This record gives sequence, C-alpha cells and structure tokens, in this order.
Amino acid sequence: MIIDHPLLGPRDAAEFVYLGDARLIDRPDWQGEDAARQFHDYLHVRDNPAGEHRELWFHEHGDRSWLVVTRNTLTHEIIRVELARDVALSLGRSR
Amino acid sequence: MRYSALQVLKEGLTGNRGWKPVWREPDPKPHYDVVVVGGGGHGIATAYYLATVHGLTDVAVLEKSWLGSGNVGRNTTIIRSNYMLPGNEPFYELSMQLWEGLEQELNYNAMVSQRGIINLYHTDPQRDAAVRRGNAMLLAGADAVLLDRAALQRKCPFLDFDNERFPIKGGLWQPRGGTVRHDAVVWGYARGADRRGVDVIQNCEVTGFDIRNGVCRGVETVRGTIGANKVAVCVAGSSSQVMGLAGLRLPIESHVLQACVTEGLKPAIPGVITFGAGHFYVSQSDKGGLVFGGDIDGYNTYAQRGNLPTVEDVCEGGMALMPMIGRARVLRMWGGVVDMSMDGSPFIDRTPVTGLYFSGGWCYGGFKATPAGGYCLAHLVATGTSHPVAAAMRLDRFAAGAMIDEKGMGAQANLH
Repeated sequence: MIIDHPLLGPRDAAEFVYLGDARLIDRPDWQGEDAARQFHDYLHVRDNPAGEHRELWFHEHGDRSWLVVTRNTLTHEIIRVELARDVALSLGRSR
Repeated sequence: MRYSALQVLKEGLTGNRGWKPVWREPDPKPHYDVVVVGGGGHGIATAYYLATVHGLTDVAVLEKSWLGSGNVGRNTTIIRSNYMLPGNEPFYELSMQLWEGLEQELNYNAMVSQRGIINLYHTDPQRDAAVRRGNAMLLAGADAVLLDRAALQRKCPFLDFDNERFPIKGGLWQPRGGTVRHDAVVWGYARGADRRGVDVIQNCEVTGFDIRNGVCRGVETVRGTIGANKVAVCVAGSSSQVMGLAGLRLPIESHVLQACVTEGLKPAIPGVITFGAGHFYVSQSDKGGLVFGGDIDGYNTYAQRGNLPTVEDVCEGGMALMPMIGRARVLRMWGGVVDMSMDGSPFIDRTPVTGLYFSGGWCYGGFKATPAGGYCLAHLVATGTSHPVAAAMRLDRFAAGAMIDEKGMGAQANLH
C-alpha cells in the first residue's frame, strides 16, 4: 500500500505504524457522567467495518506525523489522507 | 461406511466404486433446536459435540460458502498447548487431549502428527520466561521440556546458533505439539455430525437474526428464515460483521495473517520451530513443503490477502534463523482474516441477546483450539453454563477488568 502523505507525497505503508480506528482521537471526558463505561468502549470496542475505515497511521520512519487515512478494508484502496492534527483541530480538540 | 485398512484394500481391488459422499446435502428445515452459524472448524465441531456429548441432533450448521472454506483451510496446521495464563492453558490442554483421541473418535485420518514444537529463546530473561511458561504448562497437565543449546543443537543442527543479533541459547519444547491435516478435521467432524442427524447446509449465508423482545428466535438466510431455539455463531474473521446484524459491537478488529509454502524438500525440519524474536515460525509438511509464517500485517482488513512488506519481513526472519532455506522457492502464499481481540484471547460466551451464543476472537490461534472450542461452546449451548476451562473467556471481561493478556500488551489488537 502507498500512503499519499499530505506533506511528503507518496510513501510506502511499511514506513508507518498502525494504531487503529481514528475515533481514538475522540478521547472521552474523564469527568463525564458515565466516564468508566465511555472509556471501556473507547479502549476496547470497535466498529471494525468491512469497507471504508478511517484510521490512524504514524509515520515512524519518516517525519513522525500522525495521519488519518481513509481506506477500504475490502480492497486496501486508500481514498483520503489527512494530517491527524488537522482532523483533531477541526473536531475542536487542543484548544 | 467405516474406514479401515481392510476397506481401502477391498475398494482398491474393486475399482474404488464403493466410496460414498460422506455427508448429505439437505435443504434447510423451517426450525431447529440449535442453529450453528459458520461451517468452519469451530462451527462443525460444535455441532458434532452437541450431537455426541449432549444428544442434541436437531441441529443445523449454516455455511455461507463451502464447508471449511475459511480459516480452517488457511492456517499453518499447528497444534500446541503452550500457553501460560490460567484462563487459557487448561482450555488449550483440553484441546490437545481431544486432538490426541480425534482420529479414533471420528474414524477419520486427520494426520495428527505430534512432532513437537520448540519456542526459541535468545537471552537470560527469555529463558526465565520460558521456564515460567513451562512450569505453568506442567501445572495444567501439559508437557514441557527446557532444551539448552547443546540439546537443541542435537535436534536442530541447521539453526544459526551464533546469529549476531539473536544468538540461540535454547528453546522450550512441547513434545506433544505438532501438526494436523486441517481440511480433514472439518471433513471428519462433518461426517461424524451428519451421521448423527445434523444438517450441514452449505451456500446458506446468514443475513440477519430474528430477535424479538431481546430473544433470538432464528436467523434470516439467503435460503429463507430458519427458526431456532438457540443460535451459536462461530464466524471468526467476520465476527464483527455477523454479530453486527444482531446489534452488537465487539472488542475485536479483523486483521490478515499471511502464510507461505515452499516446494517439496527432503525431510529436514523435525517439528515446529518458532522464532518469536524474528517474527517467523516454520514446520515441514508431510509432502515436504516448508510451511511458514510470521506476524499479522497489522492493519484492519477483510481482504483475505496481505501485502509484500510482511512477506519480506517473514522471509528475512527465516533467513536469519536457518540460512539453509535460502535456495527454497516459495510456491504459494495466502492470507486469512482473523478476529484480533483486545487482549489476544478468545471468547466463548452468551450475549446480551437471550438464546444467542458467540465464539470468536481466536486471533491467529483458532485452529489448535478447534476441538475444545467446539466442545466448550456445545457445553455452553446445551447446559447454559460455561465449561470450567472456558469460564474466563467472557465477552464482558474488559469491563470486569479480567483480561487474559498473555503478552501483557494492553488493548492494542495488532500487537497481540
């Protein structure tokens, strides 16, 4: 698989480390009402879709940036690549 | 027909005209006592033990493709019970004991070959870990032998003992481990289940569950609705998809595990050798091919094929361990989609839906667990209580803080 890095251009997926579902950006509020249940789901439960999947890849053997890659889990086709930083900021994180 | 040497001789002399198909191809009935979803090793074994141990013969196994078309025919055929944790090891040892009696019980040649499995160690701490694991195995009734470098050298002189990065100091040997002809396991179980009245139904994909007021009353399939008092799902690799039809989200990611086989070579490798530090394990099939693999690719996929960097990594591991295989040519490589659970251990449990049971999360180790997986799921479905050796394999164990994390990796599916 070739990941089209937004800053560096096309890079071999072997340069990256895979973390998992991009929802891991959305860390629950630890002070929330049912924080224990939310953290259980956040840590352990996954949608695991067959088809389009947004996921976090880390460019370990490169510029060490986190990417959000939208990829088809049935075909390995990579549909979209964004900087995880941009995604997190657009979600209102890191204010 | 009962298989025997005499039968082979007789058929050989009479043109082999007496062999019959070993299971029927029935149409689904409108209702069964138990419906098992998934005609792989675990599903068909579950049906077999429901019939033989619990006397439940009003059972159907629904398979979306042909019997054994999934992971039971894609694994590298290794059996072993060299786990460590109390929630796992007694279960895998039960499985090993069932393997040892399987061919006699099924009257089917599954080529169970206890040629031994060796896990290599390279450092003092790894040796300590091997001793600890070996003791845990002995406590659970399994067998384990610590081999030092000299003993290992006598068994496997071809290993690169003085490798610069991972010098081999010895290994933990389980003599009762080995390999089994994986397809024959499905065929043998299917024949045994069919003879006792279980309907094995192929090309019958489940498309939904009939759930009313929190009770599962049957399944929707491409061949119509089939009612059932109880439904057991054994579809590892696709667990999230199938259980999603019942509205459940699981602590599972689907990943691909690749394997390779070389051309047939003269007998060289005495058993199964695992080189965890180098992401490589190997055995030699009865036809002579080196069957080997390594780690999962590491990203979510349902594609049943992987990518080349992992194959390269596996082959590099093989070259580091036993340079003698450098001239062997790889004939085929393939991939299977596995349920990677969040602690690397499986589930055999009831679900929040009454009457719906689940077996999955087998990671890359489901094949060796086939007999005990079927045995314990049948026990759960028939009696309503977990079998003692599978009592820790609960779906709610993450919420309860009772993970079975052999590697101590935490909730990161692709690291287990």
